Amino acid sequence: MKWGVLLFPGSNCADDCFHVIDKVLGQPVTYLWHKDTDLGDVDAIIIPGGFSYGDHLRPGAIAHLSPAMTSVKEFARNGGLVIGICNGFQILTESRMLPGSLLQNQGLKFLCMDQTLKVDNADTPFTSAYESGDVIVCPIAHNEGNYYAAPDTIAEMEANGQILFRYCNPDGEVSNATNPNGSVNSIAGIINKYGNVVGMMPHPERSSDKDLLLSDGKGVFVSMLKHLEAKHTES
Amino acid sequence: MTEKKAEMEEKIWRKAGLTDSEYELLTKHMGREPNTVELALYAQMWSEHCGYTHTRPLFKHFLTTGTRIVQGPGENAGIVDIDDDEVITFKLESHNHPSAIAPFQGAATGVGGIIRDILAMGAYPIASLNSLHFGHPGERGHTRWLISEVIHGIGEYGNCVGVPTVGGEVRFSDAYKGNPLVNAMCVGYMKKSEIKKAIATGVGNSLMIVGNLTGRDGMGGASFASKDLDEENDEDRGAIQVGDPFMEKLLIEACLEVFDKDYVVGVQDMGAAGILSSSVETASKAGNGVEIDVALVPKREEAMRPEEVMISESQERMLLIVKKGTEDKVNQIFHKWDLHAVVIGQVTDDGMYRVLEDGKTVGEVPVWSLMDAPTYILDAEEPAHLAETMKFKNEDVEVPADLNDTLLKLLASPDICSKTWVYRQYDHRVQMNTVVKPGSDAAIVRIKGRDKAVGITMDSNGRYCYLNPKRGAASIVAESARNQVVSGAEPIAITDGLNFGNPERPDVYYQLEQSIIGLSDACRALNTPVIGGNASLYNQTPEFGSIYPTPIIGMTGLVKSLDHVMTPEFKDAGDFIIMLGETKDELGASEYLDRIHGLVSGDVPELDLELEAKSQQYVLEIIRKGLVKSAHDVGDGGISVALAESCIQGKLGADISLDVDVRDDSLLFGETQTRFMLSVSEDNLDAVIDLAAEKGIEAAVVGRVNDNTRITVNNNNKKLIDISLDACADAFNTAFDKLMKTSN
Repeated sequence: MKWGVLLFPGSNCADDCFHVIDKVLGQPVTYLWHKDTDLGDVDAIIIPGGFSYGDHLRPGAIAHLSPAMTSVKEFARNGGLVIGICNGFQILTESRMLPGSLLQNQGLKFLCMDQTLKVDNADTPFTSAYESGDVIVCPIAHNEGNYYAAPDTIAEMEANGQILFRYCNPDGEVSNATNPNGSVNSIAGIINKYGNVVGMMPHPERSSDKDLLLSDGKGVFVSMLKHLEAKHTES
Repeated sequence: MTEKKAEMEEKIWRKAGLTDSEYELLTKHMGREPNTVELALYAQMWSEHCGYTHTRPLFKHFLTTGTRIVQGPGENAGIVDIDDDEVITFKLESHNHPSAIAPFQGAATGVGGIIRDILAMGAYPIASLNSLHFGHPGERGHTRWLISEVIHGIGEYGNCVGVPTVGGEVRFSDAYKGNPLVNAMCVGYMKKSEIKKAIATGVGNSLMIVGNLTGRDGMGGASFASKDLDEENDEDRGAIQVGDPFMEKLLIEACLEVFDKDYVVGVQDMGAAGILSSSVETASKAGNGVEIDVALVPKREEAMRPEEVMISESQERMLLIVKKGTEDKVNQIFHKWDLHAVVIGQVTDDGMYRVLEDGKTVGEVPVWSLMDAPTYILDAEEPAHLAETMKFKNEDVEVPADLNDTLLKLLASPDICSKTWVYRQYDHRVQMNTVVKPGSDAAIVRIKGRDKAVGITMDSNGRYCYLNPKRGAASIVAESARNQVVSGAEPIAITDGLNFGNPERPDVYYQLEQSIIGLSDACRALNTPVIGGNASLYNQTPEFGSIYPTPIIGMTGLVKSLDHVMTPEFKDAGDFIIMLGETKDELGASEYLDRIHGLVSGDVPELDLELEAKSQQYVLEIIRKGLVKSAHDVGDGGISVALAESCIQGKLGADISLDVDVRDDSLLFGETQTRFMLSVSEDNLDAVIDLAAEKGIEAAVVGRVNDNTRITVNNNNKKLIDISLDACADAFNTAFDKLMKTSN
């Protein structure tokens, strides 16, 4: 299974994602350049975190117009797995591949901390390694992570099981007190209705390497790999 | 008429910041009077900031060599060996004056500048730290604005550029109210074969400027940093640079891609005094000349005068000296990252520094003369306050009636309390190497793919150096090394940030000289050579006077295996707590005296450097042998604070009983040096104690970790502290948020 990490100017977390796929998962992985429309033969695409184009204008606002994103949309339309992490999530909402948008944190400050998340739906290609209700530790690091979508959209997403992760306390309780950035319904990660495009503000790659004493996030990539391998066997 | 002309000329060089004798000297070097361009070159290069005119004679005290030292002072940053043909490079730099006037941009560009120093060595920047000093945070208005803006600036730049901010320190005293200190440190990693130097070799090779456009921002920043901050130079606002971390990120990627090829012979960051300083230094090292045509420099403003182009401190620019004929290839790589790389001059063989404008010479001086800034050995005189503060005796203060309450107050002291409010604004995990995050004794950053890591610390104690500059400075080096050792790292080397007042004042010069001697002594004893640093003098304002003498120590250490990584928090109830080192009746210079009794007085605790070195070796040995479960330096606030910190972070209680004949407050809060608090499991207790006896280290089993969430301290069978873990945690964890919110 070949993985692609999409590289924009300012994609600070590209190397981290590459490292996890390469060294932790032991899978083939390549960088995809923002100016190229050819994505090669990748089976899954990671849009990493960082500050693409320096967050100029609005996080993700310029990156989503890059040539590579046209191909990523095409790739997703054909059922390819795409995950956007942090700035990657912002790029996916800007490009309307995912609903809603990410506003500035309620506290108006950048927040970097090891955050506990509740797995809300473990029945997707991105979360099957978990059980629904699992509590995992996944670092966050963002200034614009306050997820917002119109009430109707939220209701629809909730009904469809499109919420994958919610911010919670270590006991798995979800409340305003455990919501670091003011996201609607404590939403930390979502999936599109076709079940192949995910955006999440927390960084699963940062909790995938046991040497850093955090490895709960690895399940996201393990789930994706399992899905890709199953699909490969079918075909 | 002649008289009037002479008076006007006098004004010209004085206005440029040069003294009459300096002007005389430069005309002698040149054999003629300088024109305005040439005068500007000397004014910048002979400032304290570029020329170290007051500090250079004192550098002879430093130990600068050692078995792990690959590059000592004199390059963009020093380099140390971390085995396996790998090295790390690190340096710190001050950005005090810009941060006092424009705190957001001042702090941000401080981070950017030090990252470029590391990049210029050929290294990938893997970690940033910073040491910040402000007035008291409870004070609303200007001080709190400075704190918020500086931290915001560091966060914005560091987060966007993708280098994790892994630690440092934030300290508070009224001494910094008018003149905050912002010192940024960066650490880079590379293979030994990848080291680059700031040298302009090869006559005919091209000088290329890469990165940002050149504008009028940061004009004369070097000389601005070399005088007092007062109302008058508040007008020097033009000397503040503006940072663009996105540009810096691209610069890092593009430079490292170019360095991989065989095109570049020398690299220099454009910091203080911009194009001028970077090119003079590279030419001087090679013994060559250079010529630069200001018309070729890509500019963002029109009608810039030649000297403005030469000394502009526009950010995110680097100077590359590239092999003749490879210029296009270099440019191609920069173009890929949407950057330019432009030839602005050549290396010449005549030893002259020549400035051209459209091919016409507008200034020409010998390279060596620009590097030959005159140095000053000034009069030193013991500061008057020492006669008074040295008289302090413990009996001058009473032991507080409620020691539990005193402990809570110290845990909530801004110097001691949790700085999570600060660190959560910094991305400290990007690059995925942060093994121990901010808030511990040292930050630990792993080397990816290897079973080893680097310990990084930044420490200072202005109050100590104010009360005893020599021993105070030595104590900071000792404390830094202790912080390394308790984290499982073998101390390697330091970079020093010398933050002082106006050295032309004899009492300030005394502080400077004595501090340098003190820290040199400690570096020798602990085998941590100085591999570079920075001097920031003239930190004083008319309203608030001089800052505390504040040498800041940035230290790196080597963690030889990730198994050795050690943290201060208690791990398991039932573990035994061991105190290493003797506790003396020492209250002088303590955080306790300052915060509880409002006294900045007394002498700094004694420091036996031989014992310090021996103790540190022992602690490192037992950690490496896997005998220890937690290790913590006993520092600010003494034993009780160290104990409470290990409990709070481990979410466990502890009971300790000591047997020491000192005052209750000395026992709990005194800052006797060379002490450590460890926890070990019962299985390893004998091994730890036996080895201590063998090495001649005083070690006492003082108690155990408990799970009943109380912290108790007894001495000579008298209960001194009996307090709930929750109360301590609440005081420690919430104090800073409260301070930043109080409306007084």
